Amino acid sequence: MRLEYFQLIDRIVELDLTGRTIRTEATVPKTSTIFEGHFPGYPLMPGVLLIECMAQTSGWLIVALNRFERMPFLAAVKEAKLRTFVTPGQVLSGTAQLKHDGSGYAMTQARLEIGDKTVCEATLTFSVTPFPNPEMAQQMRETAKTIDFPLLGAPANG
Amino acid sequence: MSSTFDTIANIIAETCDIPRESIKPESHAINDLGIDSLDFLDIAFAIDKAFGIKLPLEQWTQEVNDGKATTDQYFVLKNLSARIDELVAAKGA
Repeated sequence: MRLEYFQLIDRIVELDLTGRTIRTEATVPKTSTIFEGHFPGYPLMPGVLLIECMAQTSGWLIVALNRFERMPFLAAVKEAKLRTFVTPGQVLSGTAQLKHDGSGYAMTQARLEIGDKTVCEATLTFSVTPFPNPEMAQQMRETAKTIDFPLLGAPANG
Repeated sequence: MSSTFDTIANIIAETCDIPRESIKPESHAINDLGIDSLDFLDIAFAIDKAFGIKLPLEQWTQEVNDGKATTDQYFVLKNLSARIDELVAAKGA
């Protein structure tokens, strides 16, 4: 996890296109410039980044379901609950399930856990559009390789 | 059994907190009821679930952008009801 670069997923642990679920994992870095301000003397992972982490977990699921042909952009966050503090060095397990695959949009239910304790949860809505340019699509594929994305080059219904 | 329009009107009233009595078959979801595109996604979600269909929002938007259709054809509620009835009928065909 590199907070400053919005790289909030270390690896994809499990991807189930039939069940339309995903599990991810990420370790909060022990040091980050973000912790210098949030908060001085008491470093906590910002809540907005926890929501972003849930969005990225959901996003990789939607990318997979769309065979890397479409990109999800976060559009709405509902019923977000941030239940516990997250501190440097902790390991976050992310899960997301597709609730609805609409025309040009998708909704997921996502959560982060540390061990068996729920850290946060939310219902997320995404606008799902063709990639705005080929460079971004390629960049997503390159990033996918670095996080053990399991389906690159495989049939999409696997 | 409530009509397609009644179901849509109830969804809009609940989703967007609009008084049910102000929602008429002639109401334009965007121009008259002031529903924006993001709120309409919640409505589309509820309609998809209620009728077991997938509103082709992308196709409709493209047709409007291309000048092949007007927003009235899809977003005046009596017309939206008719489109939904067509989609439900097509699903059962």
